[in-house]
Amino acid sequence: MRSAGRPGPGSVPGQVERGGPDGTGPAGGGGAMMRFMLLFSRQGKLRLQKWYLATSDKEKKKMVRELMQVVLARKPKMCSFLEWRDLKVVYKRYASLYFCCAIEGQDNELITLELIHRYVELLDKYFGSVCELDIIFNFEKAYFILDEFLMGGEIQDTSKKSVLKAIEQADLLQEEDESPRSVLEEMGLA
Amino acid sequence: MPAPIRLRELIRTIRTARTQAEEREMIQKECAAIRSSFREEDNTYRCRNVAKLLYMHMLGYPAHFGQLECLKLIASQKFTDKRIGYLGAMLLLDERQDVHLLMTNCIKNDLNHSTQYVQGLALCTLGCMGSSEMCRDLAGEVEKLLKTSNSYLRKKAALCAVHVIRKVPELMEMFLPATKNLLNEKNHGVLHTSVVLLTEMCERSPDMLSHFRKLVPQLVRILKNLIMSGYSPEHDVSGISDPFLQVRILRLLRILGRNDDDSSEAMNDILAQVATNTETSKNVGNAILYETVLTIMDIKSESGLRVLAINILGRFLLNNDKNIRYVALTSLLKTVQTDHNAVQRHRSTIVDCLKDLDVSIKRRAMELSFALVNGNNIRGMMKELLYFLDSCEPEFKADCASGIFLAAEKYAPSKRWHIDTIMRVLTTAGSYVRDDAVPNLIQLITNSMEMHAYTVQKLYKAILGDYSQQPLVQVASWCMGEYGDLLISGQCEEEEPVQVTEEEVLDILESVLISNMSASVTRGYALTAIMKLSTRFTCTVNRIKKVVSIYGSSIDVELQQRAVEYNALFKKYDHMRSALLERMPVMEKVTTNGPTEIVQTNGETEPAVLETKPPPSGLQPTSQANDLLDLLGGNDITPVIPTAPTSKPASAGGELLDLLGDLNLTASPAPVPAPQISQPPFLLDGLSSQPLFNDIAAGIPSITAYSKNGLKIEFTFERSNTNPSVTVITIQASNSTELDMTDFVFQAAVPKTFQLQLLSPSSSSIPAFNTGTITQVIKVLNPQKQQLRMRIKLTYNHKGSAMQDLAEVNNFPPQSWQ
Repeated sequence: MRSAGRPGPGSVPGQVERGGPDGTGPAGGGGAMMRFMLLFSRQGKLRLQKWYLATSDKEKKKMVRELMQVVLARKPKMCSFLEWRDLKVVYKRYASLYFCCAIEGQDNELITLELIHRYVELLDKYFGSVCELDIIFNFEKAYFILDEFLMGGEIQDTSKKSVLKAIEQADLLQEEDESPRSVLEEMGLA
Repeated sequence: MPAPIRLRELIRTIRTARTQAEEREMIQKECAAIRSSFREEDNTYRCRNVAKLLYMHMLGYPAHFGQLECLKLIASQKFTDKRIGYLGAMLLLDERQDVHLLMTNCIKNDLNHSTQYVQGLALCTLGCMGSSEMCRDLAGEVEKLLKTSNSYLRKKAALCAVHVIRKVPELMEMFLPATKNLLNEKNHGVLHTSVVLLTEMCERSPDMLSHFRKLVPQLVRILKNLIMSGYSPEHDVSGISDPFLQVRILRLLRILGRNDDDSSEAMNDILAQVATNTETSKNVGNAILYETVLTIMDIKSESGLRVLAINILGRFLLNNDKNIRYVALTSLLKTVQTDHNAVQRHRSTIVDCLKDLDVSIKRRAMELSFALVNGNNIRGMMKELLYFLDSCEPEFKADCASGIFLAAEKYAPSKRWHIDTIMRVLTTAGSYVRDDAVPNLIQLITNSMEMHAYTVQKLYKAILGDYSQQPLVQVASWCMGEYGDLLISGQCEEEEPVQVTEEEVLDILESVLISNMSASVTRGYALTAIMKLSTRFTCTVNRIKKVVSIYGSSIDVELQQRAVEYNALFKKYDHMRSALLERMPVMEKVTTNGPTEIVQTNGETEPAVLETKPPPSGLQPTSQANDLLDLLGGNDITPVIPTAPTSKPASAGGELLDLLGDLNLTASPAPVPAPQISQPPFLLDGLSSQPLFNDIAAGIPSITAYSKNGLKIEFTFERSNTNPSVTVITIQASNSTELDMTDFVFQAAVPKTFQLQLLSPSSSSIPAFNTGTITQVIKVLNPQKQQLRMRIKLTYNHKGSAMQDLAEVNNFPPQSWQ
């Protein structure tokens, strides 16, 4: 495993930018942040990827491929946590989709499971009994919801209602944008 | 030009592709259409096109030509455009592309937009992927938003600030004023993100940490309210009120309470309350309990609370939910050093987890089991661990074997048990054993003289049926070469002796030589073993000669060389053969690089009375010994009895030793420095794999044995439960001057009734400014339990001149020798 993740209280952590180009090493101040979240199907098709630490495209592809392989190889009775590279991976399968979070050493795995569940609940409320197809055809909405729920890997709001309301309002704004134009277009005045 | 197809239609179309090639074709066609649309600078459909591009990007196709388009979308006035534009920026751009800096101005404008959802988009993008430069430019805006009364923006600004601090830690100071009233908020979103922000600041700066300690009472209050308050539908998860916030507060409390008595005391009650009142039937309750346990173990909590925490972990171990068992094992691994006895109580449950089906749980259980092994439970634990070794997955076998060897070395109740255990490992996991196990094992066997017959017999039987496991075969070959005479004589006290003839022994060794499975190294062992038997066997010398001469033309260079030399031995130097091939004398364990291990002796050590010569030194040891005697001019000096130098066993990693005799002197009293409390040599690091053996310091205080001219030597002590006359002293030499001390040699002498053994030091140079130490292990045998005294001589080079000093150590604590 890796070297100490927590700086002692007497030491000042280096001011060097943490987390190298390949995304290794602790990036959160205390070795506690979510590095990325992935959604993928049993067939290994990526449905969503959100990275909270700057990583090159090449490295992202490599990590995704590798992690998908590892998670898909897990048997159903195994626990939801595994060690991968120097990170902890928390994953849960909902119907045909795997939800996968990579967290650092100091993070609480059990609460991460709850976080994943909360995201699924948000999707479910928004789409009404969400299924994989919803996420495929409305991937941008899945991102919007995720970005209203998490920022930098941390939860923005612990109230389901609040997050859903914000999405609703934003959707309304989007509709206001679109409707006047389509009317004008119809009238041939665009 | 017809309107570009809609996103959903594209998705539908692509999904109809039956092959990868078909999909690629569709994608290429669409990309071409999108490219021309971009070239036409079409504002109307830009958003739709970028969205499609993002979909194709997710499928793995290149989308870099859309990067600038994202920027144009962000700059648009329409919310729809911004939404997709920012999403595209987050997916396609990152700080590696210079293009991303062009976003800075747009983000700045949007941070001040009149619509909060636009501000939200900007904050989110900055907070997820803002580069250091962007963060530097926009930190001021974020700070402003952190002070706004709009809770929607405030919570986002807090997390954005977290990202800014992660990227540019120097900017932390500027957010300090804004944190003043963050915890007074009622809004859970703002509370949660504020706690995250405070956590980040405290973890990165000790100054911030002291500054925010005063928040402990307020945090405790907030947590209390969460627990005591009634049902709040908005934040409820399975009957628990806002578990996410509870967990974050617990983590912040952990950081604030660490190493601080007052803060720890202030949070004691609430921790106990959370620990006892949280509902444990669902994962969410256990998540909070888990965080509570981590906090209790990390702060200066009173012992009752710590026991409560470990008991919670113990209950976790019995939970049906695998995930809970996993985190319990992980946490116990972190606490096993500090709360060893409490964890020992759960040993049987932990050992049961070795049988779990889940690989992660098994690994944790294995590491924890090794940490719990001690002199009292070694027999029982080893049974379980050997069973585990038999049945575990290949990925575990190497680590498990190493762990077993280490544990056996430390706590073996008897030599026979030790050898049996090692044999068992070699036979069950022989191919996974690490390379250094072979010389270690050979040395162990050499030193157990009364077990030679038993050992060689067992080894012979082990490889009779199967000689594919290389480490096993190597050890067996070596032993058969050394002790072949015992094997055929049929003397074995420990068990039923086997009837083996010389021919049979040679048969097996020759099979090893011929076999395709044997590695080159193994063949070397076998050939040398055969050669050795020429002096131990009587009837088969001709056969041996024949074998040796055949291999004189082997294509393997190593074998050829050996065979040629052995042949020469037969032909030209036959008179020397028996002397050269005689039985190996007792070898001393020499640790090569790195800090010396603290190894405890078994019950029946032969009192070996030696000092080792540190590797690079060119000093004459015997004259050194004389110097000590001369200078101290003691009366009861026994003459130095040098023992014969050992020769290296075939491909074993031993070093040549120079042996000095025992030294005696009368000690004159010296001033006694105050004893210091010892630092455990292994710092607890919850992330790295735990050391596989315990440090039973048992509270013997360490002492400063010498401190002069910037050179300080500290002694830490360890006693063996199984052999109380042995004290193991680890010396640490440090250098506080501005120049390194090189060619450092530590020598020691003890009174007549003691016996002393010095192992190799970790190096011969002590770096300046206390940046490193030399570690060396001394084993003292004190059968008469007399008061321990020692005279030490130190020589080293410093500031260009040779330094030398003698000193007495008289301040040994009574626990080290009584």
